[in-house]
Amino acid sequence: MAGLALKNIHKSFGKVDVIKGVDLTVEHGEFVVFVGPSGCGKSTLLRMIAGLEDITDGELWIGDKLCNEVQPRDRRIAMVFQSYALYPHMTAYENVGFGLTLAKTPKAERDAKIREAARILQMEHLLDRKPAQLSGGQRQRVAIGRAIVRNPEVFLFDEPLSNLDAALRMDMRMELSKLHQDLGATMIYVTHDQVEAMTLADKIVVLNGGIVQQVGTPMELYHRPANLFVATFIGSPKMNLIEVEVKETASGMITVGSQTLDPVAIPAIGAVKPGDTLTLGLRSHHLTLGGEALTGTVALVERLGNETIVNLEVAGGNALIAALDGDTTIERGSSLSLGFAPQNAILFDASGRALDEAVI
Amino acid sequence: MSAKSTSKLQKHTLAGWLMATPAVGLITLFLVVPFLLAFVLSFTNQRLVSPNPTQFVGLSNFEQLLGVGTLMLEPERDDAGAIVRDARGEPEYPRVRDYTRNNPDYLQLSGMRELAAMSWGENRLVFLARDVVFIKAVLNTLAFVAVVAPVQAGLALLLALLINQKLRGINVFRTIYFMPVVVSIVVVSLLWRFIYAGQSGLLNTLLGFLTLGNFQPVDWLGNPATALWSILAMSVWQGVGFHMVIWLSGLQTIPESLYEAADIEGATGWQKFRYVTWPGLRNTAVLILIVITMQAFSLFSQIDVMTKGGPVDSTQSIVFQAVQRGYVQQDIASGSAISVLLFLIVLTISLLQRWLTRERN
Repeated sequence: MAGLALKNIHKSFGKVDVIKGVDLTVEHGEFVVFVGPSGCGKSTLLRMIAGLEDITDGELWIGDKLCNEVQPRDRRIAMVFQSYALYPHMTAYENVGFGLTLAKTPKAERDAKIREAARILQMEHLLDRKPAQLSGGQRQRVAIGRAIVRNPEVFLFDEPLSNLDAALRMDMRMELSKLHQDLGATMIYVTHDQVEAMTLADKIVVLNGGIVQQVGTPMELYHRPANLFVATFIGSPKMNLIEVEVKETASGMITVGSQTLDPVAIPAIGAVKPGDTLTLGLRSHHLTLGGEALTGTVALVERLGNETIVNLEVAGGNALIAALDGDTTIERGSSLSLGFAPQNAILFDASGRALDEAVI
Repeated sequence: MSAKSTSKLQKHTLAGWLMATPAVGLITLFLVVPFLLAFVLSFTNQRLVSPNPTQFVGLSNFEQLLGVGTLMLEPERDDAGAIVRDARGEPEYPRVRDYTRNNPDYLQLSGMRELAAMSWGENRLVFLARDVVFIKAVLNTLAFVAVVAPVQAGLALLLALLINQKLRGINVFRTIYFMPVVVSIVVVSLLWRFIYAGQSGLLNTLLGFLTLGNFQPVDWLGNPATALWSILAMSVWQGVGFHMVIWLSGLQTIPESLYEAADIEGATGWQKFRYVTWPGLRNTAVLILIVITMQAFSLFSQIDVMTKGGPVDSTQSIVFQAVQRGYVQQDIASGSAISVLLFLIVLTISLLQRWLTRERN
């Protein structure tokens, strides 16, 4: 069984650099999610691992084998495509067993493997149907079944759920998670949906502009984003950003304030001096009633039942989004004051990098 | 909004009819009327110009065209019962015309002529036809179709697969392969007459050069054994580009991800064609086969320009005969009957092809 190592991987299409030096290690059995906005290079990176795109520069190791020049079929990988890539003229049974047919696997063995995959995916009753007679979720199962029978070291998923409706996506997400536990195989999963990334991943790789922004567990990314891009990309609603000025620095404490914000001491370490401009990041869910730090006018109230999302206009034209308790009663146009715990706030320097958290 | 405007348009039926009139009129005049007239005239004795009134003659035109029969001839025997042999030792047979002319015992063969003959033990089996030239035209056309359809479709597919690659300058090849299609078949036929010319033709010269002079020049269009096949080769060359483009459009509807999935599953080039490309082209294949079949059945211009049906009727074709009868011999009825037969043949084959290539569940 195998992990994966990417060493300074580059990819260019002509003069356009798409992947600009990616280093990544994937342990055996890990579920890794590549996430990022459209065009960030996440699919290209996956396709390079699959062998569908050439690697312009760098090294790709699958297990202990250098795979840059290895044919896709010899990489011990299986891939599930966004469009499922099922063969329309074959039944589900034939689709699942396609690779075995190509390899001229004996019929009995082939049948056993196909039935086993169908059992795992609970789709025995679908095997006689053609893709046109299957729903989106069922096609997805067939595509995954085709991957399972290959018994690969690494499963690759290219936005497999993006063609499904919301309810089905949630079901399939759980099933994928269960499948990962059952099979214990290494899985690499590409998505632009941060909810999928947060729920599925052991390790998330956030990509933007062909560069890895941060690698970490979902909770690390949520609580300690490395930079402004990760901070705003992960988490919903988006993290609130407020421009602040450094008032004073003490050991492990930086006191910041602005027109909007009364001075507050944040536990952080960084080479800053009074007068510097920083960005303060605050998660909507970390804003609470009963503080006095931020005051503004309620512009919009969205009641979701379990929580109430409030858009707050504060002085200086800034807008904040706060996620409050679902039973909170707030009128539009009324004045509202919110507070937060200083250890939940994150400071970003002028280049967008997060300052280190000070351990108190 | 759209429902309202539709109903408004539907009220102005007169304007609609007026707009459709030019097209409907022309189609009626040049397609519908001749099509129906061909059926009607094929049951008469209509001539192009004739002082006699036209008469209804029933199916006699078709009987004349399609009348065929066989005759088993036993060798002539002398009084002792031994077979009479000619100077070369071949058995002698009675003359066919003794049976087909004024022979009250063989009235069904009356007026027929010999089409072909073969040995049958010591007997001789003779195939007879009332209209030998037309039957030859039918056989030639069928042979032409039977070879052109698979060869042209296959070559076109091969070219389409070649030019369906992302290579630098591939458009140059696409253009080259397509060029013969935009040249009129009449021009092509004229040019290929030089290529096929008997003595100093391009093809003979080339073959002579390649074989260091060992090749005996062939009069490609003047030899009954080669004339039809020479025309066939040229026709394939001229038409292949058109069908290549249709195949190409079919190829480009196959999603790239199907090939990528096949790559990952470990398919070889042949397996990718066998399991991905070919099944994805089945509708295109049906279309192409039907189109080629119909085009091949209407073989005319090449014959008219290159051989006029000769030598020895070896390149007669159905349409050439229809034109020959209808306009050259001024026998409109017979030409119409041939057209009707051609229509029925093409219709039957198209339906048969559709049925054979239907989607099976």
